Amino acid sequence: MHPAKSVIFFTTASGAGYGLLTLIIAANMTGLFPEVFWLGFAGYFASYVLITAGLLSSTFHLGHPERAWRALTQWRSSWLSREGVMAIFTFLPTGLYGLHQLFFPEISPGLMALIGLVGIIACGVTVYCTAMIYASLKPIHAWANAYVPAGYLLLSLMTGAVLLNSLLALFGYAEVIVETLAILALVAALVWKVAYWRFLDNTRSISTPESATGLGEFGRVHLFEAPHTEANYLMKEMGFQIARKHSAVLRKIALGAGFILPFLLILLGMYVGGFMAMMTASLAVIVMAIGIVTERWLFFAEARHTVGLYYGAAHA
Amino acid sequence: MTSLPKDPPKKKLGLVIDLDICVGCHACAVNCKEWNSGGHSAPMTDTDPYGADPTGVWFNRIHSFEVENKQTGGRTVNFPKSCLHCEDAPCVTVCPTGASYKREEDGIVLVNADHCIGCKLCSWACPYGAREYDEDAGIMKKCTLCVDKIYNPNLPEESRVPACVSTCPVGARSFGDLGDPESDVSQLVASRGGYDLMPEQECRPTNKYLPPRPKRQGGETQSAPELMPVTDSSAGVIARWVDKFLSA
Repeated sequence: MHPAKSVIFFTTASGAGYGLLTLIIAANMTGLFPEVFWLGFAGYFASYVLITAGLLSSTFHLGHPERAWRALTQWRSSWLSREGVMAIFTFLPTGLYGLHQLFFPEISPGLMALIGLVGIIACGVTVYCTAMIYASLKPIHAWANAYVPAGYLLLSLMTGAVLLNSLLALFGYAEVIVETLAILALVAALVWKVAYWRFLDNTRSISTPESATGLGEFGRVHLFEAPHTEANYLMKEMGFQIARKHSAVLRKIALGAGFILPFLLILLGMYVGGFMAMMTASLAVIVMAIGIVTERWLFFAEARHTVGLYYGAAHA
Repeated sequence: MTSLPKDPPKKKLGLVIDLDICVGCHACAVNCKEWNSGGHSAPMTDTDPYGADPTGVWFNRIHSFEVENKQTGGRTVNFPKSCLHCEDAPCVTVCPTGASYKREEDGIVLVNADHCIGCKLCSWACPYGAREYDEDAGIMKKCTLCVDKIYNPNLPEESRVPACVSTCPVGARSFGDLGDPESDVSQLVASRGGYDLMPEQECRPTNKYLPPRPKRQGGETQSAPELMPVTDSSAGVIARWVDKFLSA
């Protein structure tokens, strides 16, 4: 599948934003979040910048961005529509909770805890809807499986935890629980990613050139002549080839930068502490960003679509 | 809107494509492009049409497949493919705007050009590659089953079939109501063992394909006698020398 830059940025940035938002609310509800106005402000600000920039960028690849509002109407059947509705709804409880945390912490804490909980659930449901846009596409074997929603949720939490850790470190409030959470999330996500790639390498779509043409009973089927001498929309959009050539190298970059290096950096930060911890925590965010963008690029580029079977692919 | 019709349409208009007859002439694709350049989804935009790298919107494409079989010998099958107007059309249910819809009255799957945002998700959801993106218009387009031709009262009755069907010079394409078991197309499908493409994708396509008939076996066919070489190798030394000299 063609890896559109806007969609890669959307899924990674908004995923990280929702993860960060969830953890800030959860940390505040459990009394772990330091009661420092500018720290809280920076946290909510970073979350909403990531979420909003991601959502806006997702409209850039549309043929008619000015009609994007129509995408909110078909939530009964479309995961893309559900994602849009949930993304907008999520601003409400999380925003209310944020105002409460920053400006009016003493007002009705019971009700606000409930609103915070709704906000956390809404963040999770929004990320789940994003994942289901892909996981609901049956023609794409790499996406239509349970690994995909699990991975989106896990990576959202992981990127959010690494961000929160750097934020706390930058303000000088490094927290062992958050550092531990970030490390555990990195390990869990790493295990998930390796398992996902193993699944991708060892399984294939149930559709074949034989089932695509229905000519299997006559023998083995392969393309003799394509309909055109030139590439067409389907081949450009669904038949993306570049990643497969370099996938081994790119996977190493994704694993190293996305998971292993941030893990080591945060571990180092826990050991040395102080100013160095601030540096390692920030560096972990930068390195992780490179790794996660590579990971998401591969998620698209490595995925094969059944339409390829009509254009010479031996499997999908 | 984007949900499929609650009661599945009784009438299921669609195509039956006979892979035994198709000669791969591409006439159906050309006439499709011709008709639809002025029809419901016009224009069928081409990018760089006279340049080095032309691409464009097509609703119908003709592939050719080779089938390998050591026992029965190989065969080449010409394979036209357009939208299959599925009963469980995933391109309809994924559409976030309601632009993509399946008609209750005849099951035709269409795109509302005024509502489409061009997110391309329907082209990802279709296992068959029936969806096209128009770079110029910024919207998705697809086979309309010539909805503007098959109901057109200004045309003579016999012309009210999709352009690909009316143009096929060998009669490899039939059009009709596949929801009516008594219709000509349904009878044809039943008698020839018509089948669905990729049934495992569970889209329940309306269009059916008829398999190539088995090759005739044994002594029914007679090969023509082998052709003899035109050059006479028994020519004399001088004749061969002259031939070599003049050919050089």
